[in-house]
Amino acid sequence: MMCNDARLLLHAYLDDELDAAQSVAITRHMQNCPACTARYAEYTQLRKGLAQASLYRRAPDALRKQWSSEMLSPRAAMPAVQVRRLSVPLAMAAGFVAALLLAAPLWFYGLPYRSDDATRLVDDAISSHIRSMQPQHLMDVVSTDQHTVKPWFAGKLDFSPHVKDLAGEGFPLVGGRLDALGGHNVAALIYKRRLHVINLYQWPASSTASDQETTQWHGYTVIRWTSDRMRFVAVSDANEDELKQFVLAFQNDTAAPPTR
Amino acid sequence: MPSDIHAISSSQNARFEACVLPHLDAAYNLARWLAHDDADAQDVAQEAMLRAFRYFHSFHGGDARVWLLAIVRNTFYSLRTKTGPENAHETFDDDVHAPTDEAPSPEARALLAIDVSALQTALQNLPHPLREALVLRELEECSYKEIASITGQKIGTVMSRLARARERLKAELTGHSTEARRHDVQ
Repeated sequence: MMCNDARLLLHAYLDDELDAAQSVAITRHMQNCPACTARYAEYTQLRKGLAQASLYRRAPDALRKQWSSEMLSPRAAMPAVQVRRLSVPLAMAAGFVAALLLAAPLWFYGLPYRSDDATRLVDDAISSHIRSMQPQHLMDVVSTDQHTVKPWFAGKLDFSPHVKDLAGEGFPLVGGRLDALGGHNVAALIYKRRLHVINLYQWPASSTASDQETTQWHGYTVIRWTSDRMRFVAVSDANEDELKQFVLAFQNDTAAPPTR
Repeated sequence: MPSDIHAISSSQNARFEACVLPHLDAAYNLARWLAHDDADAQDVAQEAMLRAFRYFHSFHGGDARVWLLAIVRNTFYSLRTKTGPENAHETFDDDVHAPTDEAPSPEARALLAIDVSALQTALQNLPHPLREALVLRELEECSYKEIASITGQKIGTVMSRLARARERLKAELTGHSTEARRHDVQ
């Protein structure tokens, strides 16, 4: 393989889009070509830079509000469609939505509304997670070291939270925070999964153990469980499978000593 | 259009909420990186969501995120043609943007200390076709196949545009931007 071919394939290799034969070819080429190896390292670095969460632009509250489930329900007032350049097709589309809202049949009223304690807790946890994503709110103590994070909570809470780093499983611990959830003071641990942030809340519970419950809400996944007289709630916008994997890693790690 | 009102059944509405709404952040992120400022991005995202809602009956399974992102992209380009004649004719010639010779330079090592604002500026300075490919790949973590289906391009084009996007970004960040920019059709 020549450097010229490698230059393009390098990117596909970085993106994990090459088949096995091409991957072998490119790794062989890099073994013998310091220039391409250096380039590859630079692009890996660039990718890391691009993975910084602050480059990702989340939908502003105004837009989120317009597209909340309340907006799709007839109980809410008519959504204010704030579009400066209201084109004709857009106006018609907006009119169509409005017509749909006005003409919404009874099935709309049958939508389940959350009211009990458990769902209120889920709502709280998601709100807290969203709030934590706002600048300067995520962490009180920034450390990837569980032996720094755990003592930090001492004296701030009347219990000692379980803290472990799961970097080995792909969920590095990045810090901790004090928070309040459902009237409890809770410990929040912050983990990362690539670009996603996972908030893990915990506080003492009266029961010893309970089944795991998973709830989905607008792209957020919430998993709740109790073990060792502690109540845990994990929230993230990572997909459900990844969050389940995280919960499993956290639970499994209780017995085994951490890998760090 | 309002005669279509019966086309959307109750289950479709619930499905819209379940399938499409979770990708609102992704829609806005793409809109924001394509558009000039926050207000434009909100317009694009809002109209794209309305279009998605309007045409949801034509969504027959598959990946709702890919489907929505394709709508966001189309919405952006159609709004831009309508409202911004001064930059509507930005053309992109893949040959002109052929990779320049780039030997790893000492300055390139400075990439190790990438700061967010420099990266953001560099990304904003990329031509739209390169920017959208990179945003979809690095921020949305789309596969080449997904990017190809969102942008309506061949996978080979996606691959070469990503390579060019990264080369350009690296050049911007390491101060070799003047030569690369000279070729731009602005």
